[in-house]
Amino acid sequence: MRLASYWRTRQQRLGLVGEICPHCGKPLFPPRDVCPACHGPAKEPYRFSGKGTVYSFSTVYSAPEGFEAYVPYVVALVKLEEGPLVTAQLTDVSKEEVSIGMPVEMVTRKLREDGDAGLVAYNFKFRPVLQAVIDEPVSLSATA
Amino acid sequence: MRGVALYIRSQTDRRLDRHLRDVSIIGIGQTPVGEHWDKPLRVLGTEAVRAALADAGVECPEALYVGNMLSGQLLGQENVGALIADHAGLSGIEAYKIEAACASGAAAFRTAYMAVASGLCDVVVACGVEKMTDTLTDETTGALVAAADAEFEGEHGLSFVGINALLMQRYLYEHGYDRQDFSGFAINAHRNAANNPNAMFRKKISAEAFARAKIIAEPVSLLDSSGIGDGAAAAVLASADWARAHGKRQVRVAASAAATDAVALHDRDDLLFLRAAWLSARKAYAQAGVSPKDIDFFELHDAFTIMSALSLEATGFAERGQGVRLAMEDAIALNGRIPICTMGGLKARGHPVGATGMYQIVEAAQQLLGAAGANQLPNCRLGMTQNIGGSGATVVTHILERAG
Repeated sequence: MRLASYWRTRQQRLGLVGEICPHCGKPLFPPRDVCPACHGPAKEPYRFSGKGTVYSFSTVYSAPEGFEAYVPYVVALVKLEEGPLVTAQLTDVSKEEVSIGMPVEMVTRKLREDGDAGLVAYNFKFRPVLQAVIDEPVSLSATA
Repeated sequence: MRGVALYIRSQTDRRLDRHLRDVSIIGIGQTPVGEHWDKPLRVLGTEAVRAALADAGVECPEALYVGNMLSGQLLGQENVGALIADHAGLSGIEAYKIEAACASGAAAFRTAYMAVASGLCDVVVACGVEKMTDTLTDETTGALVAAADAEFEGEHGLSFVGINALLMQRYLYEHGYDRQDFSGFAINAHRNAANNPNAMFRKKISAEAFARAKIIAEPVSLLDSSGIGDGAAAAVLASADWARAHGKRQVRVAASAAATDAVALHDRDDLLFLRAAWLSARKAYAQAGVSPKDIDFFELHDAFTIMSALSLEATGFAERGQGVRLAMEDAIALNGRIPICTMGGLKARGHPVGATGMYQIVEAAQQLLGAAGANQLPNCRLGMTQNIGGSGATVVTHILERAG
């Protein structure tokens, strides 16, 4: 990723900020300035909750240049609760556990490093929604 | 949908209103698809262009349109139109490179068609050429991702295989198929390629081989995917009047249509509906005055098996969710209800991306001229080609008709 593009897209990558159409109310991610539904201008910023479900996914074994070191990794289409689909990697989950419909939430993670001198690219990924464990107390004893 | 209605009407009315001229293919040429270590881009393009000109009996066309996707990224070479014109002995004529990702070839053909139909030119050449094996595989696959949304798809490590995997995974989920159900597409392609001397993979494959194939991006395996190769194909186009006056053998271009959709999968309202494929096919059927049942064979864009299923559905050969059934029932074989990939398709003839659309055109012309050898379809009159750029963002559809 080029430095200027990295800077330009920081709101989207780190804050999941898209836009909302002031005419028809359609939430848009990534931002596109013109509403694809009603064709009106749509430049109003809108922050998405980061909650969604897995719409489709794939475990990538043969990566394009720049991602060879990370295989296998899971890429998904996530359906955000506000409506749009977003492309992102899944994290904190093994590939066997992923299924369509699984609830996920956005987190900020390192996506890749561009060599020793290049950018360390951070971006959104999605992980399974964390659920507090209340029925089984965690033992602090190593021998338990 | 208002836009869609307007598009279709404008495309059908235009022929009547503006008196476009009839256009014919009068010559074709191609190189074998493969790993051409000994040949640079310019030589591949030159060979196809000169073969097509020789076939047409034409020495100097008025323009050359070259479909190519990756020359800049992989070879550091742009200005490919002028390069190939010069090396093919045509220096001086108008020449451009046309880029529309994997649909570059058919986009070049359509540009050539527009030049002749409009009356600006009488005789032109369309060529598709790609050189993909000078670079290592990960560099080439990295370049192919440029057909997707670089900032919001490619940035997440999504390969082009990965994009098709997302489509296939959702298709399996929604319609309840197994990945093995797609084997018929690959088996048919390899079976047909076995008889095509220009095909890259001329070995037949079995359902067992398909089941065992290495997974590249779950659920897409190596045998769902078309191969990386070099190649070039070309056609000479002329106005039908000019062709008649000069006694040329003709294949009529009955329809030429293009349409677009969102580049990124996540920007589409309906993931499993190739809207641009549907739209360009609708326009093409309207222009030619035909429907899917009139089409004798279909050279579709089988870059991945899932693309074959989705194309068959978008173009009206199958209901939604039923495209893969045509492969399961072998209705796509040479003697089937709707033969596809009659010379091996992208899967087995090979997929030199910017050249692929021109291979489809050349092979459809071979069928209509009775020059398809062992794979010749009996009594075919109408052949359709459909070239898809990206995961469905640019789609160019042509219908060719046997003359007489």
